[in-house]
Amino acid sequence: MSMAQVEDYRTRYTLETFSFLPALTADEIYDQIVYIINQGWTPALEHEAPENASTHYWGLWKLPFFGVRDPNEVMQEIEACRAAYPDHFIRLIGYDDYTQCEGHAFVVYRPRGF
Amino acid sequence: MSTKTFDAGVKDYKLTYWTPDYVPLESDLLACFKVVPQEGVPREEAAAAVAAESSTGTWTTVWSDLLTDIEFYKGKAYRIEDVPGDPEAFYAFIAYPLDLFEEGSVVNVLTSLVGNVFGFKAIRYLRLEDIRFPLAFIKTCGGPPSGIQVERDKLNKYGRPMLGCTIKPKLGLSAKNYGRVVYECLRGGLDLTKDDENINSQPFQRWRDRFDFVAEAVDKASAETGERKGHYLNVTAGTVEEMLKRAEYAKELGQPIIMHDFLTAGFTAHTTLANWCRDNGMLLHVHRAMHAVIDRNPRHGIHFRVLAKCLRLSGGDHLHTGTVVGKLEGDRAATLGFVDQLREAFVPEDRSRGIFFDQDWGSMPGVMAVASGGIHVWHMPALVTIFGDDSVLQFGGGTHGHPWGSAAGAAANRVALEACVKARNEGRDLEREGGDILREAARHSKELAIALETWKEIKFEFDTVDKLDV
Repeated sequence: MSMAQVEDYRTRYTLETFSFLPALTADEIYDQIVYIINQGWTPALEHEAPENASTHYWGLWKLPFFGVRDPNEVMQEIEACRAAYPDHFIRLIGYDDYTQCEGHAFVVYRPRGF
Repeated sequence: MSTKTFDAGVKDYKLTYWTPDYVPLESDLLACFKVVPQEGVPREEAAAAVAAESSTGTWTTVWSDLLTDIEFYKGKAYRIEDVPGDPEAFYAFIAYPLDLFEEGSVVNVLTSLVGNVFGFKAIRYLRLEDIRFPLAFIKTCGGPPSGIQVERDKLNKYGRPMLGCTIKPKLGLSAKNYGRVVYECLRGGLDLTKDDENINSQPFQRWRDRFDFVAEAVDKASAETGERKGHYLNVTAGTVEEMLKRAEYAKELGQPIIMHDFLTAGFTAHTTLANWCRDNGMLLHVHRAMHAVIDRNPRHGIHFRVLAKCLRLSGGDHLHTGTVVGKLEGDRAATLGFVDQLREAFVPEDRSRGIFFDQDWGSMPGVMAVASGGIHVWHMPALVTIFGDDSVLQFGGGTHGHPWGSAAGAAANRVALEACVKARNEGRDLEREGGDILREAARHSKELAIALETWKEIKFEFDTVDKLDV
């Protein structure tokens, strides 16, 4: 293989799960919320300024959505969180109280430039 | 008791050790052996001999038996079953009282159960198929230093298997070149990289140099990607002192994870290291060199499910389990059986997965299953289905063999993994639609498209040597 056929790999700032996929559409995010709810997990949102994103703790949006079964309600909260913190990353979490661990977590919103 | 008398000489084992009416206690340690006796030895006598030789028995009666309560201390052969498909063999179930074993010592359990008895003349072949550890014993063992949940929190990895690879070529790279390959893999999207098990501290690459260069690679890749990364620094060494010295240096460098080979190093060294890891907040990746010597023959040795259970008790956060689909041996149902033993809190008896006893793990943390060896991106849908999220999928050749290098290979694997997880969550059938899912994902990843092209034709279709008895 000649060097002309080899492409340079540029390191990306990725932020964990689903970062290597194209940004999820609203419908695709909706499907992941359905998955989280069907697992019996609690959806929640966290947000943080890009310069602090490497910490374990991000800001917690309101409270985890205990008992919420309607994916649309979670979609509305993502929208509200984005309006309140347009310069922050926002990640959606599926919290599993049995393992006391996050069953799912991925970034649903990135501010311009990230 | 005045009723006991001493009769010198040799008597049949079954008179003392075959106890078909015995009902095992919750606190008993139970074992299932597959036995092929020598011709002419009746099953009851062979089973009793195994019980005797793995507990209190000697070939002849001795006067000092009468100084203790042999009826309490003896191993009791309480059941015999046919082995499906092997008329020469049978399963012997034996119960041992908890008092026979030192607290917290899998070494002591194995020394008894797989000690002298395996060379015993009346037995042609012998295989330890399963052990039911009583909860009372489990609570005396340290177990995984961190466990699955704590590891996820420390490394910030949620909702998917972790992705790793072994650095290749496995021998011969200088420390700086080796660190370069680590950096390429991690910046490309892998979560973890691994020392090959053969890498200890050879003349071409001394351990301290490797640790220094690798630590820089890990830290730089973490900073640049915004993700938490790690490299399993192999601390396996010729002495326990040297092993601990290397572990201390990994900690000094602020690295999150080290690795160890538990069988070649031995359970005593391994348990010492696991305890050190628990005390120092270090994750412990466990490799299993030598296992196939012990577990591959279907009639003789120890089944890997027993070694896996012993490892969970001794301590480890990751354990290699085979891939089911790659270049190394492994039956799917049996593999899933011992993967459950690593990760679950309770595993019910299930002969279709080679599980002979209910096993209650109490509150002991779980161990991540590691699938590694001869796997590539086309295997991804099957691997995600088989192993689920609590696993590490490791592609060595499948990363470094990418025509554009290790970083692009890593990215290809990461795209494939995330596409499979996303599709699974959407309710798609990964094993049926896997090809489509990968091809769709490759439309937005040139790295994946090239990887799919490169490994299209590779398959590993040989028959499994050690199959479940059905």
